[in-house]
Amino acid sequence: MGKFLTVFDSASSALAAAFAMTVGISAAAVAGGILLGLVIGLALTYGGRVLALPFRAVVDIVRGTPVLVLILASYYMPAGLGVSPGPVTAGVAALTIFCAAHIAETLRGALLAIPAAQTDAARAIGLTFGKTLGYVLLPQALRQIAPNLVNTAVEIVKASSLLSAIGVGELLLTTQEIIGRSFLTMEFYALVGLLYLAVNLSISAGGWWLEHRFRLR
Amino acid sequence: MNYVLNFGAVLRGFDDLLSGLALGLAMGLAGLVVGSLIGIAAGYAAVFGGRPARAVVTLYVGFIRNVPILVLALFAFFALPQYGIRFSNTNTFAAVLAIYAGAYLTESFRAAMLIIPRGTIEAAQSIGLTGVGVALWVVLPIALRNALPSVGNNFISLFKDTSIAAVIAVPELTFQARKINNESFRVIEVWLVTSLIYVTACGLLALALRRIEKLFPRF
Repeated sequence: MGKFLTVFDSASSALAAAFAMTVGISAAAVAGGILLGLVIGLALTYGGRVLALPFRAVVDIVRGTPVLVLILASYYMPAGLGVSPGPVTAGVAALTIFCAAHIAETLRGALLAIPAAQTDAARAIGLTFGKTLGYVLLPQALRQIAPNLVNTAVEIVKASSLLSAIGVGELLLTTQEIIGRSFLTMEFYALVGLLYLAVNLSISAGGWWLEHRFRLR
Repeated sequence: MNYVLNFGAVLRGFDDLLSGLALGLAMGLAGLVVGSLIGIAAGYAAVFGGRPARAVVTLYVGFIRNVPILVLALFAFFALPQYGIRFSNTNTFAAVLAIYAGAYLTESFRAAMLIIPRGTIEAAQSIGLTGVGVALWVVLPIALRNALPSVGNNFISLFKDTSIAAVIAVPELTFQARKINNESFRVIEVWLVTSLIYVTACGLLALALRRIEKLFPRF
């Protein structure tokens, strides 16, 4: 325990920076994923055959591919085109696309679950498609998918640990470096597990608070 | 931008990719079977158990579902051997996958048992079945059927999670893909083909699962 405290003390600033990196990467991926997911979800639902088809293909491919493969692909593939985005950009891009595909699919489900009569009624009172979407459909659909957003955010935080495989200095890779120097394998893997647990429980608690604050259910 | 597609290296390694796929499916299936046993037991405890049993299940599910599976795998692979617990890397990952799957499947089976009508269980008791009898002959079959769609979805995501075993050098599909990638630098072809193999496998699994669901009509 004494050795752990000594090592922890000397590594604490690196750990804090890595923790911030994990939170930052996850937040960026979730924020980008929500925006992109909304666009793709709308295109899937209302895009008609021409617009929906390419998005359908992308969403199905992303959802059928493991996150680690998405991360490795977005890290290595651009090199073939002579571009090297760097591990952080490649990693965030992969997590964003993963997040967007899942949100798009849940949003589509939520939009389709709203009775068609509501759209007819909105049109009957003279709302344009944009207004129908903004005032009638999206407010209901977004409430519906709110619990899903919390789950997706937790999944993204967990998936961000895979960025260690392409050399992003996030929480897990930094912990592995500390373990490589100190050989406190058990202690630091336990610590990093607890740190991920803390982040994810905070997300769940935050989601729970928001749901009750805005009486989403 | 002068990249010319050449699938030669990927095709030469295609057997390795397929054997990697088979290993991934095998680990996924092992994780599903053992995970289901854990999930059935823990789900039963969560629905019908006393307060201490429910608390243990809540802790297990809450802990496992909020920690990355990579952290669990690295812990099992690097930390446990220091305490004399040592398996091959494939078995280590399969075991981690089972414990990980168990937490998700606990939720599936808990939900499947919660929707069994109270009257069904009372009817079973009134014809003289004991607690074990009710659990084995009434709760279990109904829960298995109710949980089937969710268990199937879990299998697909478990299969995708087996890609993470590449990090501890289990020679599954992603590991083989990375090997071809590093040896040939055919970066676009390798990941295109690997992704398509995963997508196809997941698609076929989903189709097969839908078939299986139809074989067992809902109660």
